Amino acid sequence: MKPKGWKDLPPGSVITRPGSATEFKTGSWRTFRPVWVPENCIQCLFCWMYCPDMAIKVKDGKREEFDYDYCKGCGICARECPGKKGQKAIIMVEEGK
Amino acid sequence: MATTLSLKELSKKEDLFTHGHRMCSGCGAPIVVKQLLLASDYPIIASNATGCLEVSSCISEYTAWKIPWIHNAFENAAATISGVETMCRSLKKQGKIDKEIKFVAFGGDGGTYDIGFQSLSGAMERGHEMLYICYDNGAYMNTGIQRSSATPLGADTTTSPAGSVIKGKTQPRKNMTRIMAAHGIPYVAQASPAHWRDAVTKFRKALEIKGPKFINVLAPCNRGWRSSTDDAILLCRAAVDTCYWPLYEVEDGVTRINSIPKEKKPVEEFLKPQGRFKHLFAPGNEWLLKLFQEEVDREWERLKKEAQEAVSDKS
Ligand SMILES: Cc1ncc(C[n+]2csc(CCOP(=O)(O)OP(=O)(O)O)c2C)c(N)n1
Ligand code: SF4
Ligand code: SF4
Ligand code: SF4
Ligand SMILES: [Mg+2]
Repeated sequence: MKPKGWKDLPPGSVITRPGSATEFKTGSWRTFRPVWVPENCIQCLFCWMYCPDMAIKVKDGKREEFDYDYCKGCGICARECPGKKGQKAIIMVEEGK
Repeated sequence: MATTLSLKELSKKEDLFTHGHRMCSGCGAPIVVKQLLLASDYPIIASNATGCLEVSSCISEYTAWKIPWIHNAFENAAATISGVETMCRSLKKQGKIDKEIKFVAFGGDGGTYDIGFQSLSGAMERGHEMLYICYDNGAYMNTGIQRSSATPLGADTTTSPAGSVIKGKTQPRKNMTRIMAAHGIPYVAQASPAHWRDAVTKFRKALEIKGPKFINVLAPCNRGWRSSTDDAILLCRAAVDTCYWPLYEVEDGVTRINSIPKEKKPVEEFLKPQGRFKHLFAPGNEWLLKLFQEEVDREWERLKKEAQEAVSDKS
């Protein structure tokens, strides 16, 4: 058998749809749900920066609602939220309650 | 011009690492990736060593990456990206591409400190145009929390279990950041995602500097650290405040500490919320906690001296 050159080797597995993970909704993993309290929000965007799941929507530099399709309910955003006058702008509530 | 370093401006950028990835809830690693991608205004091609980040960001036909990304094996993320970089250099010479592309390799601590170490050391020595990012969660997490050379002293892992005789890992962690600095490459740094401005600044700086660069970033893993899902950022902050994970950089051989805590906190603040260190707080094990603190103190004093010498050399 003729030995194969590198151009004959298969390229391995290729994914041609960048960001296709968005088709997989991770929101069902949640046991706790973050709830946004806009009146306590100072728009610091720390929650946005620290969310490991890109589940906080921001438009034109302003925070909007949570993206519950993907939020896994870790609670990092609530922990890090400074809120206004000691009143958090994110509270965690148990799912299904 | 680079995007202004404010959360407001950064938040207007597209997420190049998307939701729908399958890292555990509250994992620190995706925050590191997000900050690196936000830092860059250049197109990036990345390689990824096998590990949690790679396994959970790319499952069958689902990928969370919106940049060209390549996974090869556990031990060769640096070699792989060095090959990609060489290929692009050749294509540029041939006039087939003209963009300025940046090359980044991501590896976990196992993939960096241990199994991928020789390929990383080689790529750095050859002087490739690349930035290596180690996301350090202090164990082989993806395969079930086995100890690595990045695992801290005393930590309970499945291969260094804390029992009645042996109290978790018996060796202190290896100082990988220093080892990389010893390669004499133009830029080496240590960063933490809680200090996002410092981290993004370092990523940017590293991407601008020519030649090989290495940044070690702390990346909490609540599964392996036996902590709660909401404390990744809090623990990163504690790691810096206790000087367990000092923020510093070594640029052209000159060491600079980027943040000196106003008040150096006792290392308990970092250890206590983590179940992997629970036994350090049991009666009779005070010596181990003391030993841990001494290790941290010794390294912090050494680092401060190194940074001071750098200042006096300049003057
Ligand atoms: C040569 C080889 N040995 C072992 C494995 C199994 N393996 C896959 S991921 C992994 C652990 C990775 O640890 P680390 O690099 O620290 O990344 P983490 O999972 O902690 O993010 C191991 C041992 C492998 N894929 N290839
Ligand atoms: S709970 Fe976690 S995943 Fe959900 S929005 Fe907050 S930080 Fe993101
Ligand atoms: S962290 Fe809290 S205060 Fe800041 S933007 Fe988010 S919700 Fe608003
Ligand atoms: S095991 Fe740890 S490092 Fe791996 S995805 Fe889960 S939290 Fe992240
Ligand atoms: Mg690891």
